[in-house]
Amino acid sequence: MLKIQDLKVSYGMIEAIQGVSFEINDGEIVALIGANGAGKTTIMHTISGLLKPQSGTIYLDDVDLTKTPADKIVKLGLAQVPERRRVFSQQTVEENLELGAYTRKDAKEISETMEKIYTSFPRLKERRKQLAGTLSGGEQQMLAMGRALMAKPKILLLDEPSMGLSPLLVKEIFHIIKEINNNGTTVLLVEQNAKMALGIANRAYVLENGKIALSGTGEELANSPQVKKAYLGG
Amino acid sequence: MSEVSQFLMQLVNGINAGSIYALIALGYTMVYGIAKLINFAHGDIIMVGAYICLFAISSFNLPIWLAIILSIIVCALLGIVVEKIAYKPLRSASRISLLITAIGVSYFLQSLFQLLFSANPRPFPTIINLPALSIGSISISAPYYITFIVSVILMSILHLFVQKTKIGKAMRAVSEDSQAAQLMGINIDKTISITFAIGSALAAVAGILYCSSYPMVNPYLGSLPGIKAFIAAVLGGIGSIPGAVLGGFILGIIEALTKAYISSQLSDAIVFTVLIIMLVFKPSGILGKNVKEKV
Repeated sequence: MLKIQDLKVSYGMIEAIQGVSFEINDGEIVALIGANGAGKTTIMHTISGLLKPQSGTIYLDDVDLTKTPADKIVKLGLAQVPERRRVFSQQTVEENLELGAYTRKDAKEISETMEKIYTSFPRLKERRKQLAGTLSGGEQQMLAMGRALMAKPKILLLDEPSMGLSPLLVKEIFHIIKEINNNGTTVLLVEQNAKMALGIANRAYVLENGKIALSGTGEELANSPQVKKAYLGG
Repeated sequence: MSEVSQFLMQLVNGINAGSIYALIALGYTMVYGIAKLINFAHGDIIMVGAYICLFAISSFNLPIWLAIILSIIVCALLGIVVEKIAYKPLRSASRISLLITAIGVSYFLQSLFQLLFSANPRPFPTIINLPALSIGSISISAPYYITFIVSVILMSILHLFVQKTKIGKAMRAVSEDSQAAQLMGINIDKTISITFAIGSALAAVAGILYCSSYPMVNPYLGSLPGIKAFIAAVLGGIGSIPGAVLGGFILGIIEALTKAYISSQLSDAIVFTVLIIMLVFKPSGILGKNVKEKV
C-alpha cells in the first residue's frame, strides 16, 4: 500500500535520511523503531508532504507522494497523528474533530464518523465543548487520534503515541491502535517504546542514523539480541 | 457648550477614529496570526482603496455603491497579488527579510501612486449624504455614525466568519500550528490568500470611511492611520481579533482626548508613548497570550 524507495532527506548540509526503503502492505501494522534523532519523525514528515526529499519515491498505491502537496495527501487517504499530538488547543474538542474531516464534503457521513469516534473515545464526547488545550495528555492523544480518523484514512501514521503518557495509558492507547487496525485501517507506527511497538506490529524496521539497520516480524525483532541490547534494556 | 457635552463630543471623535483604526488593525493582526508577518504595506491599501473609489465616482461616474464594491474587490485582489509576489517567495526566510520587504512594498505603492496621480491632494467626493444625528446637546455628523455602524457590522461578520465557518476554523488552525493544519489537509497557500484578501477588503472600507471624515486623497494618506492601527493591533495583542478591535477603540479615544485636553501637537507622541509603555509592561498586549516558544 505504501512503498518508500531510496528516500534521502536533508536539512541544509545534514543528510538526516540516507537512502531508506521500506514498505507497508494492506492491513498491516508496521513499526519503525529507533533512538532519538534516528530520523523517524523526518520520515513521517516527508511521507505527509511537510518535507520534500532530496531524492527517492514514496508511493501510496500508484501516486508518488513526493510530488503531491501536503493538503492533497490527506485526500488520498493518508492521515497522521503527529508527535506531541499537536491538537489545536484554542479550539474545542469538536472543532478539532471537524478539522480532521476538513477534506471531506458529506456532512451526514462526517457526523457518522464523529459518532463512531465518540463511541470509541467516550471521554472526548464528555468534553466535546471544552477547549482542547484543557485536556490531559492522554485525552489529547485520543483527540489527536480521533482527529486523524475523521479523515477516514486508508493508512494511519502515528508518531510516538506513547510519549509522555503513564504506562497504563500507553497500554490503553496501544489497545486502541490494535482496534483501529482490526477495523481495516493500515497502520505505520513510529515509536521509541520498542517493547510496546514490537508487541503489536506485524513487521518492524529499526532505524539507526538515517538508515534501516534491521527488519523482520515484530516477534523476530523482539527476540533479536541486537534489538534487545539497544532498545529493550537487556 | 458644557463640559460634559464637550467631553462627549471628544468621545465621539475618538470612537470615529477608533472604528477606522480597528478595521485596519484587523488586517494587521489576521495577517500576523496566519503568516507571522507584520505587513507594513497594509496602510497603503487604505490609500489605494480611497483612490479607486475616488476615480470610480469622479472619472467614471459609477454609482457610489458600485464604486465601493469595486474598491473592495480591487484591494482584496491587490492584497493577494502582493502576498504572492513579495511575501510568498520569502516564506522560509528570516522575519527581518520579510519586514524589510513589507516596508519596500509600502514605499513602492506610495511611489507608484505619486507617479501616476502626482503628490497633489485631491478632494474626495461626499458619499454619505445623510442628516446629522442629534443626541441631547451634541450633534453627530453622518460620516461619524456611519463609520461606527459599518465598522461594528463588519467586525461582527468577521467574528462569525472566523468562529463558525469551515474556512474560519481552518484559519484559526493555521494560525495556531500551520504544520498540524497541513496534516488536516488544509491548503496553507489558499488560507494565506484568503486572509490577505479579507484584511485588504477591510482596509478598502477603512480608506473610504476615513476619506469621508477627512475628504482629501494623496499617495501618503495611508501611512499614519496604518502605523496607528499597527500600534492598536500591538496594544490589543497582535494575532488576536478582539484585541485589534479593543486596541483600535482605546487608541482612537486616547488620541481624541489628548488632542482636546492636553495638546494636539503632542497627540502622536502620546500615542507612541502608550505603545512603548505597553511593550515594556505587557509585550503580549491586552488580550494577547504569552505563547511559549516550542522547544
